[in-house]
Amino acid sequence: MSSQEQVQRDKSNGGSDAPVDPPEAVQGQINTQNVDSILDEIDGVLESNAEEFVKNFVQKGGQ
Amino acid sequence: MLRVRRVMGSETEFGLSQPGNPRANPMRDSARVVDAYAGPRGLKSSQSFWDFATESPLADARGFIMNLADADSSQLTHIPQDDVEAQYLANVVTENGARYYVDHAHPEYSSPEVLTPRDIVTFDRAGDLVGLASVRALEKTEEPVNLYKNNTDSKGSSYGTHENYLVDRGTDFDDIVAGLVPFFVTRQILCGSGRVGIGREGEGKGFQISSRADFFEAEVGLETTLRRPIVNTRDEPHADAAKYRRLHVIIGDATLAEPATYVRFGATSLVLGLIEAGLAPRIELDDALQSLWDVSHDLSLSAPLRLSDGTTMTALEIQEVFFAACAEHADPEDADTAAVLAEWRRFLDGLAADPRSLADSIDWVAKWVLLENYREREGIDWDHPKLALIDVQYHDVRPEKGLFHKLERAGRIRRMTTDAEVEAAVTNAPEGTRAFLRSFAVNRLGDALVAASWDSLVLNAGDLGIVRLPMQEPLKGTRELLEDRVEGIETAEALLKALGVDRLKPKND
Repeated sequence: MSSQEQVQRDKSNGGSDAPVDPPEAVQGQINTQNVDSILDEIDGVLESNAEEFVKNFVQKGGQ
Repeated sequence: MLRVRRVMGSETEFGLSQPGNPRANPMRDSARVVDAYAGPRGLKSSQSFWDFATESPLADARGFIMNLADADSSQLTHIPQDDVEAQYLANVVTENGARYYVDHAHPEYSSPEVLTPRDIVTFDRAGDLVGLASVRALEKTEEPVNLYKNNTDSKGSSYGTHENYLVDRGTDFDDIVAGLVPFFVTRQILCGSGRVGIGREGEGKGFQISSRADFFEAEVGLETTLRRPIVNTRDEPHADAAKYRRLHVIIGDATLAEPATYVRFGATSLVLGLIEAGLAPRIELDDALQSLWDVSHDLSLSAPLRLSDGTTMTALEIQEVFFAACAEHADPEDADTAAVLAEWRRFLDGLAADPRSLADSIDWVAKWVLLENYREREGIDWDHPKLALIDVQYHDVRPEKGLFHKLERAGRIRRMTTDAEVEAAVTNAPEGTRAFLRSFAVNRLGDALVAASWDSLVLNAGDLGIVRLPMQEPLKGTRELLEDRVEGIETAEALLKALGVDRLKPKND
């Protein structure tokens, strides 16, 4: 599942035609910039009704 | 000379939810989760498939056996439950030799036995893929179920992420307790998974390092579901009890960041080596439980922890003492040991300089930085439901929804494994342990495998009848020892013969 998705994500983040590194090179290379871009991405996947989701996330105790 | 190599395993109890249906029965859904994985793969799933003959969860490492009448029903893990909910119990041995089953009200993946921290990382993560496969299978049904590799709902309930380490039986249990308590109280700074809210029900505003700390109530004890102890005394080795003790660790958090899982197991294995060798540092906390909570609630990592001699140390200082003792006695020739020490060292240096420098390695830091950035941008306080949502959704096993997976895919969290390696670990046993033989039996013997457990296989061997094959030695039954012998074998009789079991007589003789 890795290589194609990785390539697509790199393009969507960069938006340029710059050559894309293979996933091996991406691993371990840490991006600490663009805080906003990751927050935007997270906004896009967060469950829509936070209050309701949190209220409904009820577990029985385990070990 | 200390080495990290040791028989180890990890356990993940998944949180689960049926979207939009908070009243769904979690026992039933847990069984659906397990069966959804087992069914399409032709794996047997039933309570009777697990061989309970050798289980003894009420045996206590301090040397006594708990009276059945004194046990809470949740402790009776060895008795097939005959109440109305028993129909929902499911028990599967997966292709890689792991156990996937219903534990109380949660699906649990117990990894096959491995020998190195690096293999724990792979086989623990393989369990996340097993969970993900269940979620995918149930997505197509009327009642989809989502899984979260986390430890609490912040409404008073907690569920475990356990570690198992095989320890030399000759080691005095009091020494294990004395050595482990200060280590476990402070280990959370290396491998906590972080949590929004303070207190069991998240009644206090804020963020803390460990997701489990607030749920612990005792220093030492047998229980795992109530009065949870820092050191659990369950003495159920699943192996030759004269040689081994299985240390069952219940105090860890569910780590998703691979470096954190690696250090969690690697550092603990080394500290156990120190204890076995009688070399553990002598640090006695005045109030271990209070210190456990204080460390978890102190993001500055500067809280002074009172020792019984009246002095104080911080969590980092205590970790430095343990690290120094391990480094001093470590085998310099052993690559696995050197790699664990290097990563542990990197964590301690990063935590001392600025914990945020480890947002790429430790879950509590990654989550904290993410939440702080989000909080700042939105101008919201710690009790805002969006932050509680982020806390839960960080642990969603689905790559398209789980925030940990988003961060990792974006290159913001270091990774040690590859996708291909983890996928292979879902169906292949690890190297070096009896998990190979268990995995072989599951994959090759079909209906002839009647039941299995950590230390036994029950085989239907035709004319020889039902044969129980003990596997008391975790270091036998390995790929290295058996691969050539069992090649091409597809019947229980042939397997027994290949293993040298030749004194059985046909049952009609």
